Amino acid sequence: MLHEHHPLIGREIAVRKVTPLNIRAVADGARFVLRIDPAQAAQAAKAFGSPLPGKIGDVTVSKGRLAVRLGPDEWHLVVPLTEQEAIETAFAKLYATVPHSLVDVSHREIGIAVEGVAAMLALRSAIAFDIGGMPVGTGCRTIFDKAQIILVREAEDRFRIEVWRSFADHVWGILDAASREIALGI
Amino acid sequence: MLLIRCPYCEAERPELEFTYAGEAHIARPADPSKLNDDEWKTHLFIRSNPRGTHFERWRHQHGCGRFFNAVRDTVSDKFAMTYKAGLPRPTETELEKARS
Ligand SMILES: [Zn+2]
Repeated sequence: MLHEHHPLIGREIAVRKVTPLNIRAVADGARFVLRIDPAQAAQAAKAFGSPLPGKIGDVTVSKGRLAVRLGPDEWHLVVPLTEQEAIETAFAKLYATVPHSLVDVSHREIGIAVEGVAAMLALRSAIAFDIGGMPVGTGCRTIFDKAQIILVREAEDRFRIEVWRSFADHVWGILDAASREIALGI
Repeated sequence: MLLIRCPYCEAERPELEFTYAGEAHIARPADPSKLNDDEWKTHLFIRSNPRGTHFERWRHQHGCGRFFNAVRDTVSDKFAMTYKAGLPRPTETELEKARS
């Protein structure tokens, strides 16, 4: 049971002062990296059972399934654990007619939710681009301090980080330090 | 920090998401076995290294993962423009327009 060992389980950073901030590990899901010819993306969306974003950087969320388009032929998918098998089966069937690759990376990554009016401030401590200019409902791969992450803006003040398990503790440590500064108002 | 526009993501992204990948538009010889050692050396190792406008390859490694081309001034470090891999070298007029 790998899930029980994930380094952030049960941990939470909460700042409840003037600028509330809540950072927590999100419920685990199954994750896939999908690589497919963009011209065949409609077929993949059928197998996925939800729409796939058509523009690089766009995000779709439907029925608890999250899809981020990371590159011209690459999508990052996060789905509830209970649907993992059905999705794998559907894509295996699609493989007969449309070559693609669907790789299960569920145990490679951890999701972190960063929420609250100070969320952007906390993220800014380690992300180099203008997060304020990032529209709600978009996502991208980027660098958080030294670690590669996928950042999704789910709402005006709610973000989701997807980070490799081995980098999770490092990212958490920086968020922790940033939130202490926010708590102290410095 | 330098901001570089990725032509695939269509967005300005921080420099640290990118890796440099050498001079652009260097075509591999159509028939490598026809080359003598000197010509092969030139193809592999000799680069123009200009002072000023440089056509170069970059990779958006920690983003979309794509290689693309850029035109950068090696003196000012300013990017004139970036464009998708496989597109021809922009003309002087296009560059002038991008710079203004
Ligand atoms: Zn890109």
